[in-house]
Amino acid sequence: MAERSFAKEVEKLRLGAGEEFAGEGILAITKALLQCGVGYVGGYQGAPISHLMDVLADAQDILGELGVHFEASASEATATAMLAASVHYPIRGAATFKSTVGTNVASDALANLASGGVTGGALIIVGEDYGEGSSIMQERSHAFAMKSQVWLLDPRPNLPSIVKAVEDGFELSEISNTPVMLQVRIRCCHVHGHFIAKDNKRPPMTVADALESPRRDTGRIVLPPASFLHEKEKVQKRWPAAVDFIARNKINEFFGSDHGSVGIVMQGGMYNSVIRALQRLGLADTYGETDVPLYVLNAVYPLIDDEFLAFCEGKQAVLVVEEGQPNYIEQAFAAMLHKAGRGTRLVGKEHLPMAGEYTGQVMLDGIGAFLRAEAPHLLPGEVRAPNTVGDGVDTADLINVVPGRPPGFCIGCPERPIFAATKLVEQELGKHHIASDIGCHLFSIMPPFELGATTMGYGLGPASASAFNSPDAKRRSISFLGDGGFWHNGLTSSIGNAVFNKNDGVIVIVDNFYSAATGGQDILSSRAGNRTKSTKHPITEAVKGMGVKWLRHVDRTYDVGKMQDTLREALTTDEKGPKVIVASSECMLNRQRREKPLVDKAINGGERVVKPKFGVDEDICTGDHACMRLSGCPSLSVKSLDDPLRDDPVASIDQNCVGCGNCGEVADAAVLCPSFYRADVVHNPSRWDRFLETARRATIGFLQRRREGRRLIFSDA
Amino acid sequence: MLDPVPSSRPRSGAADEPVIKLAVLAVGGQGGGVLADWITDVAERNSYVAQSTSVAGVAQRTGATIYYIEMARDTGRLPVFALSPSQGDVDILIAAELMEAGRAIIRGFVTPNRTTLIASSHRIAAVSEKIEPGDGRASSSKVHATAEAASKRFIAFDMEKIAADNGSMISASLLGALAGSDALPFTRESYEQAIGIGGRGVKASLAAFAAAYDRARGTAAPMANPAEPAIVVSALGAGHVSGPRNLLQGWQALAARIDLLPVAVRDMALRGLRKVVDYQDIAYGREYLDRLDRAVAIDHADPTHALSIAAAKHLANAMCYDDMIRVADLKTRSTRDRRVRKEVGVKDGSVLQVTEYFHPRIEEFCGTLPARLGSYIEDRPKLAAFLDRRINRGRRIRTDSFAGFAALWFIGGLRRWRRGLLRHKVEVAHLDRWYALALGSVPADYALAVEILNCRRLIKGYSDTHARAQSKFDRVLSALDLLKGREDAADWIRRLREAALKDEKGDMLDGALKTVATLGSTPIT
Repeated sequence: MAERSFAKEVEKLRLGAGEEFAGEGILAITKALLQCGVGYVGGYQGAPISHLMDVLADAQDILGELGVHFEASASEATATAMLAASVHYPIRGAATFKSTVGTNVASDALANLASGGVTGGALIIVGEDYGEGSSIMQERSHAFAMKSQVWLLDPRPNLPSIVKAVEDGFELSEISNTPVMLQVRIRCCHVHGHFIAKDNKRPPMTVADALESPRRDTGRIVLPPASFLHEKEKVQKRWPAAVDFIARNKINEFFGSDHGSVGIVMQGGMYNSVIRALQRLGLADTYGETDVPLYVLNAVYPLIDDEFLAFCEGKQAVLVVEEGQPNYIEQAFAAMLHKAGRGTRLVGKEHLPMAGEYTGQVMLDGIGAFLRAEAPHLLPGEVRAPNTVGDGVDTADLINVVPGRPPGFCIGCPERPIFAATKLVEQELGKHHIASDIGCHLFSIMPPFELGATTMGYGLGPASASAFNSPDAKRRSISFLGDGGFWHNGLTSSIGNAVFNKNDGVIVIVDNFYSAATGGQDILSSRAGNRTKSTKHPITEAVKGMGVKWLRHVDRTYDVGKMQDTLREALTTDEKGPKVIVASSECMLNRQRREKPLVDKAINGGERVVKPKFGVDEDICTGDHACMRLSGCPSLSVKSLDDPLRDDPVASIDQNCVGCGNCGEVADAAVLCPSFYRADVVHNPSRWDRFLETARRATIGFLQRRREGRRLIFSDA
Repeated sequence: MLDPVPSSRPRSGAADEPVIKLAVLAVGGQGGGVLADWITDVAERNSYVAQSTSVAGVAQRTGATIYYIEMARDTGRLPVFALSPSQGDVDILIAAELMEAGRAIIRGFVTPNRTTLIASSHRIAAVSEKIEPGDGRASSSKVHATAEAASKRFIAFDMEKIAADNGSMISASLLGALAGSDALPFTRESYEQAIGIGGRGVKASLAAFAAAYDRARGTAAPMANPAEPAIVVSALGAGHVSGPRNLLQGWQALAARIDLLPVAVRDMALRGLRKVVDYQDIAYGREYLDRLDRAVAIDHADPTHALSIAAAKHLANAMCYDDMIRVADLKTRSTRDRRVRKEVGVKDGSVLQVTEYFHPRIEEFCGTLPARLGSYIEDRPKLAAFLDRRINRGRRIRTDSFAGFAALWFIGGLRRWRRGLLRHKVEVAHLDRWYALALGSVPADYALAVEILNCRRLIKGYSDTHARAQSKFDRVLSALDLLKGREDAADWIRRLREAALKDEKGDMLDGALKTVATLGSTPIT
């Protein structure tokens, strides 16, 4: 079950011609796919296109009605390989994943797909996870388009433009027999906007039709001699076809005045930020009307020489706004100008930073600098010679005050006790080399745990520890792997590799029943039933099947003591070969989403329900915060006491506590302090509960009164 | 940095529609998305074109996150909106937590003469603030002061509390504050309509909205500031004390002694006295006052009586050391039962079950034995290890059950024999050494004596944590030999103590001690 349900929103996918669609970018892309008569869709979740996968999953009924096949692929490679259905058959297909990590995984399939070429339109929608909020290495998808020679669209970030880009993308793909990548940046995926819908189209040929009448063409298979011909075909046939289509259909756009001594060229995705900078410089109005000539590349690969050279005609200088590095577009344009013998000065990364996100300020500074240097007459006086500099507020002091707040484990997260146990074992046995992996569990690298040395890729945690396998060392490596990464490729790349190479290290598989970090999508080992997918395949069985002999399953990670004992045993046993611990407990975010409504309903319905919550006795807590150094739970925090005798704030658990029990377990396992208590509230108690309660309160009350009657009682009132 | 013109200049002759830019800085999980949806909806209800964006994904996992909304009056043409806020270009900034307001200011999203800054003044401590052994929390007052200067208008109050009081989420009270600020040209009704379409929890949300709306408008009375500690004129009338007549008489006698202390010392001394009497008995209170009197007697150097106040505070804490008896006593009181019920929110008709987490070790066991027997065991490591194997494990005790409660009640009852137990002997010896060291320093260096007293703050925690705290305490005071005779000795002890509170193991402290070792023997003047 995914974190966010789009059950209500997907109804918008049924809108017909002329009706107005209002909603998020990703939903608009889905609608565009249906309007284009797509035959099949696949993909792998990951920000920022996780929701696109969730939308598709929730829209399966609508897809089914149209005869569209949808698949939640095992990985990005799988999703891209799926596009093979468009190689011989005139079926439009789409795959979607996060870039550039997903594109890395997909690149083998992508290269093969690009070599043979496609008959039906093949669209790869990549969610660019670049800039603020990104969780991955900062690279460009552009490089993949260049190396495999697939076309890359980067539309202006508004709903009508991205919907049009989907339509253009399919056509471009078919006309040039080449897969097309459509990149959408993270905020564009989540932008709320409107567009006028068209009717959904049934695919003219469905995958069922194709299966019934199979086709093959050796010329499209990547094997010599065909593969040599593919390379020639790419430049002789497909490239010119693409250039012709882009130019003829005016995929790239021109705005502003058609003459002027300077101009700006930009990736489509940068358009709004460029306009905002021009607005702030007094050179554009709210609707983007401007005197500055603009050339907007909705298709960033291939580039259209004639268009660009025509744009430069009569211009002294042109600025290229190209986010990320290397600056492929700028280099290509420079070469065009040089070869055409033109005198137009091309500038880009001189005024704009070589690396990093092009934020509003960066854009304002960069475009401002360009115009000051090349066309100062355009700028209003107050910009050219401002009277004030800065706003006079000194924030230097504040920088040392405001604490950083990186994302971390959620309230009640079952992964926290795993790392608390690891920390405790390290206190006993010393530091170890720890290899981390992609997933929520990577938050272990941050305080308070500060565990883990590297992260090399999804499912590659144990693989990245494979060099640390030496009979000369007394210590073993520890590596982590999530269930998502395990099924993505960890089973072979990490577990199989460790078995085959007789790795002696310890592997902890963090099993939280979902691909949790990407939004809680189901995977093979999910324990919930899924209407359209096959779940409940235990990780332990797969690991055994791979040949692992030393295998332990901790089926309740909150048992910190057991977790600690299991880790210690794994690190010290004489047994050879990989030691695999599968640590399972359900993702608390998902569990709460599932259980909370049920519990509330049960309570309201008069059923007996026990609801746990944790608390701290503030007069027993000494304010050392050792518990927080082993937990980091957001609901366990500090509070000041109204008592001048006490200097330091004490621990306190807020109302958001879900009663997972980690606090108490950690206090016990680490022998911290007795200030934690668990309070179980029995709603709608049975008669027996009430009888016991009455009896207990009578006897306990008797003891309390007896003691309290013989001592002084201090109260503030 | 280039200075932008304040508003965009229309290219054509027609008047240009201004774009209103609004950013929400929140902590993941606070419901910032709901707020952004509401605001977008309010704008569209008022014939505005609006665009909202966010960076979803891992942001909700308690990290800092931004929602961004732009809007302009609908003229039939589509404005070009930006997808993220820019420095110096935000009209309204909503911070769902105080440090997020600080972050907004640092990031340049708050501009004087332009930005209305609406911030909830409550704090959500970041991990880095929580894990310090001392008080690692950031200074709220610095953010408040900068926010006043950095914004055009600064509206700040505890919107989290308003939400909780009304059984709703902070998004509702933030929306109320936004509506009440009049920073957007929309009516109160249109905001309420936006909340109304949400479905679940509408009533509570509307109540939180209304309370925050009134507060932002200034129509509701501001919340009272917590009162300053009262100056105790006479301890005999201060605070409420009840109990058997003979004990009350004993208490009156002790309280009368408080009245003889300098006025400045009385508040702390009375609190300390209440704590130690509550911990043990009247006689213990007498011991406390006797010890305190020794400090008061030599406290002439400083009119603020810093020495006596520090002694009143830390003597009480030292005498009320955390042993099993105290924990058991506190956990079996009727006041504790009432507090847990209130905190957990147990309604009538529900039953409360309470489980306590204990993990006694041989050290705690021996500490609770008569001094000789306890020492006997501790002096025999094999025996101690043998017993430890039987004792040292986690125990869950249900204090709502009779058996569990009775066990703790019994341990709490060992109080009357406490003075004869091993732990007490150890604690008293430690206290006497420390106190003598402090008072002995008074003639030579009054400020140093106060700082030595204050070092008691370092001792806290149970078991290993307690041992580590002891070691830090010893390490700080080990610098005394090196610092003796220096004018800045007190300063150094304070610095060492603060360093010791920065991290768990005392790495900062070790660094600071190394610095002290290099100071050289000649005092710097």
